[in-house]
Amino acid sequence: MRTATTSLEIIAPLNLPKKGRWQTISRDFRRNKHVYLMLLPVLLYYLIFHYGPMYGAVIAFEDFNPIKGVFGSTWVGLQNFQDFFSSVYFGRLIFNTVAISVLDLVFGFPAPIILALLINELRWNPFKRLVQTVTYLPHFVSVVVVVGMMVDFFARDGLVNQLFATNVAYMQSAEWFRQLFVGSGIWQHVGWLSIVYLAAIATIDPQLYDAAKVDGADRFRQMWHITIPGILPTVVILLILRMGMLMSVGYEKIILMYNPLTYETADVISTYVFRRGILQADFSFSAAVGLFNSAINFALLIGANRISRRLSGHSLW
Amino acid sequence: MVATALRPRRIRHKESSGERLFGFGTVLFLVALMGVTIYPLIYVLFASLSNAAELTQHRGLLFAPLSFTFEAYRRVLENPLILTGYRNTLFIVIVGTALNVFLTALGAYALSRRNVLLRNPAMFFIVFTMFFSGGLIPTYLLVGQTLHLQNTLWALIIPGAVQTLNLIIMRTAFQGVPVALEEAARIDGANDWTILFRIFLPLSWPVVAVMILFYGVAHWNSFFSALVYIRERDLYPLQLVLREILISSNVQNMATDVSSGDVLAIGETIKYATIIVATLPILLVYPYLQRYFVKGVTIGAIKE
Repeated sequence: MRTATTSLEIIAPLNLPKKGRWQTISRDFRRNKHVYLMLLPVLLYYLIFHYGPMYGAVIAFEDFNPIKGVFGSTWVGLQNFQDFFSSVYFGRLIFNTVAISVLDLVFGFPAPIILALLINELRWNPFKRLVQTVTYLPHFVSVVVVVGMMVDFFARDGLVNQLFATNVAYMQSAEWFRQLFVGSGIWQHVGWLSIVYLAAIATIDPQLYDAAKVDGADRFRQMWHITIPGILPTVVILLILRMGMLMSVGYEKIILMYNPLTYETADVISTYVFRRGILQADFSFSAAVGLFNSAINFALLIGANRISRRLSGHSLW
Repeated sequence: MVATALRPRRIRHKESSGERLFGFGTVLFLVALMGVTIYPLIYVLFASLSNAAELTQHRGLLFAPLSFTFEAYRRVLENPLILTGYRNTLFIVIVGTALNVFLTALGAYALSRRNVLLRNPAMFFIVFTMFFSGGLIPTYLLVGQTLHLQNTLWALIIPGAVQTLNLIIMRTAFQGVPVALEEAARIDGANDWTILFRIFLPLSWPVVAVMILFYGVAHWNSFFSALVYIRERDLYPLQLVLREILISSNVQNMATDVSSGDVLAIGETIKYATIIVATLPILLVYPYLQRYFVKGVTIGAIKE
């Protein structure tokens, strides 16, 4: 039922039949000139800073020379991609990227859902608000500070080793990297991510709970039969969209956390791009690696989006 | 409806012992969770206010500063790099956030119009960038070399001028503004600029606050673009200075007047004080903005 005929449209109807397309367009531009004037800088920004690099990505197919520029450099076709696929790091980078992502999915995805369900069980509102305020807080702490605190607390003579009377150099050992990365991510963002689920819980009709109580349902049954089904659509959408990001890992934090001793488990595709491209100025090769990653992300996101739209009618666009 | 009126406001039922145990366990768990969440920050605060020599001797948790002193803060605030870092970060936060919110509002308003022919193509043009990007290296070459923004603070402001997710949040908020208000203004001769700045922005103040918070905090906490584009130490934003002090453990220039053995001890307290100095501004404004950002997250997540 959408009869959204605003009075504006009555004054100036949008699509009159029998009028030429150009007339429609020119009338639209005249009527909306201020709107287009507002849109212009925004579209220019996207054109330059998002579509510009997409165009610049052609250097992945070149032997790029900064002096000759994008136009003048030698075309080498898929050579850079072949170099990457046959490099010794290829397998390790793919494995590490997926491993960190899957660990984060398995532990990091359910954590905020569980937290939201537990917060929802609290009956005393001041305590509820306190839990929320405290758990949201670390989200606002910078990643540099979080990693800085980890470097300190997980050092060989740091607080963690003092408390457990152990002697582990956590930040220098490859076998601890993933746990620390995923664990600190949960510590920092679990409260923040629970907001969405709490909002979904808040939209559940309270009469459902009343009816369940009349029928004698205890708190577990209310949670199982009302709260969880109530937030399930939100969970499914976020899960599917999360699957679309399977090959994109928060590399800014990895760059702060890792060191040559932990590359074995910590080095992912995007950190490799950063080292080869920015630090070693190997532009064409690293652009090819980055483009490969972008292409996979694109395919995963499109797939996830399509599944989400089919299952739930929700999608990113 | 009489039946609704007679319905008791809250149906109570007697809780079983299992339920009470569960309730108690939940409270206990959440108290523990709050402890784990907040204690690291409290430890940092206490350690930053402690005597350096005593802190290195101390083992285990801290429940109060050891021999309360502002010594570490004095050294941190005398460090020229921290001061220039603060100055650069303030510039980025203020100028960057103003530009962010301005452009995001323009885009959100334009894309919330119903009778604009190019709305959907423009929306596609923008949302597509959430799915595909050219990657770090072409962006770096464009911003740093083609546009010559290398070693300028503008490299940290302009390339992120609009965040697509924030644009969508603001657009959703604008779509909720009643059409009647806009029509009344238009009859009085208002153009789109007046409608945006006099009607939409004031009416959507909570969302504007969320935008200021999201963009502002992102600028305050950002280090990666600076790592990529900034080489001159005079232009380091606070987070890059922090990275040197916290992660690369470069505290020498703040402890030049002590013997090398004490540098290590004082270095520890300097690190903690630096964390507090860099985090406090955000932690102070955060409680006041909490009620706004919950709204922002919700709008962003629940799309019509």
